[in-house]
Amino acid sequence: MIAQTIAIVDYGAGNLNSVKKAFDYLGAEVVVTTQPEIVASADKIVLPGVGHFSALGALDNTGLRDAVLQGASAGKPFLGICLGMQWLFEGSDEAPEFAGAGIFAGRCRPFPSSVKSPHVGWNSLAIREGSRLLRNVTPDSFVYYTHSFQAPVVAATTAASEHGMQFSAVVEQGNIFGVQFHPEKSWNVGLLILKNFCEADL
Amino acid sequence: MLTKRIIACLDVDNGRVVKGVQFVNLRDAGDPAECAAAHARDGADEIVLLDITATSDKRQTMLDVVFRTARCLFIPFTVGGGIRELSDAEAVFEAGADKIAINSAAVKDSTLIGKIAARFGSQAVVVSIDARRVSSGFEVFVAGGRIPTGRDALLWAREAAACGAGEILLTSMDRDGTKAGFDCELTQLVADAVSIPVIASGGAGSAQDFIEVFQSGRADAALAASIFHFGLENIGQLKRELQAANVPVRWPC
Repeated sequence: MIAQTIAIVDYGAGNLNSVKKAFDYLGAEVVVTTQPEIVASADKIVLPGVGHFSALGALDNTGLRDAVLQGASAGKPFLGICLGMQWLFEGSDEAPEFAGAGIFAGRCRPFPSSVKSPHVGWNSLAIREGSRLLRNVTPDSFVYYTHSFQAPVVAATTAASEHGMQFSAVVEQGNIFGVQFHPEKSWNVGLLILKNFCEADL
Repeated sequence: MLTKRIIACLDVDNGRVVKGVQFVNLRDAGDPAECAAAHARDGADEIVLLDITATSDKRQTMLDVVFRTARCLFIPFTVGGGIRELSDAEAVFEAGADKIAINSAAVKDSTLIGKIAARFGSQAVVVSIDARRVSSGFEVFVAGGRIPTGRDALLWAREAAACGAGEILLTSMDRDGTKAGFDCELTQLVADAVSIPVIASGGAGSAQDFIEVFQSGRADAALAASIFHFGLENIGQLKRELQAANVPVRWPC
């Protein structure tokens, strides 16, 4: 692996230990940071997230939003995890007052009332051919989810899962990647996905 | 399709895995980090580690165990036992847990659920309920099953969910350690009463018990301890039997 620094953006929501541990295990150089300058100087950016969409509001007040967006538009590989993926869309019904990055069209919405929510547990991936993030991932592999809102299937969707409806499991477009599930908690499948991100071209 | 989870539980006393029958008669079953890794390789969907004799003087031992167990465990990892306030939860998350389980402290002060959820998210808060059959239904017990509370398990599960719990870990004290099967009636009552996932616990003895708790008990997940530690049932074998009974599971994995 080429020498690179991956910044894990810490905007005060939840526990980032697990994400860091998974990258450490893969031998990647990662730094968990609250500083926009460190995000700006990193080679790759990971935006994790659990909890409520409104937590992402902290990005706006701290300069992190600009640092992340500038890095992404400069072509740095970017990975949004869970809420971090939802942020790539226009917004979420969970907190309509906060804007997402709007890189992908559509909003995040709740699951239909016919199924249990939150969606917690292992679900399978319907993988579209040509995904870079899912390179060498076996079709129908299982990954671990925990979320109450889901992002729609869009042109950039490279894998979908089903829970009362189809929703985006993985989105990717150029240097921008997002996963709704938690790769850091998805056993060997998740580690392979993170490894693919580590190996994505700079 | 969302699968039913098989959760391996490690009951830990003073840094070692033990498992009792109805909360007594402890036997040594190994190192927690090794047991957790072995269960993950076997196909466990999650690991729960319960500090069954949590006391303040053993707190650091426990945090060391959590740290060692979490380091290379890339499936969800829940830690419970002795978490009385937000700072206890913070220390356990800092050591590497993905979720914490709270029981007595939540019964004593249900706002603790919301406090931890506000900081770490609801998905990280499991409310553990120990319930026993009484003439009027199911009663909640605390302090490792020693103290009756007079509270109804169903109502408490609903309240915990409303306070921000992400999952309910529901243990039938009547069945715990008996291998007589899960209490499907209790499980179904609670599973139907809340929208958050319910993990059935207590009584696992055979693959058929798991099939029943998923089908008639409507559990989202099922937890077992002793059945896996002493090699009585291999998780892969269990999952194959669940699959044959049309219960969706993560297999092969």
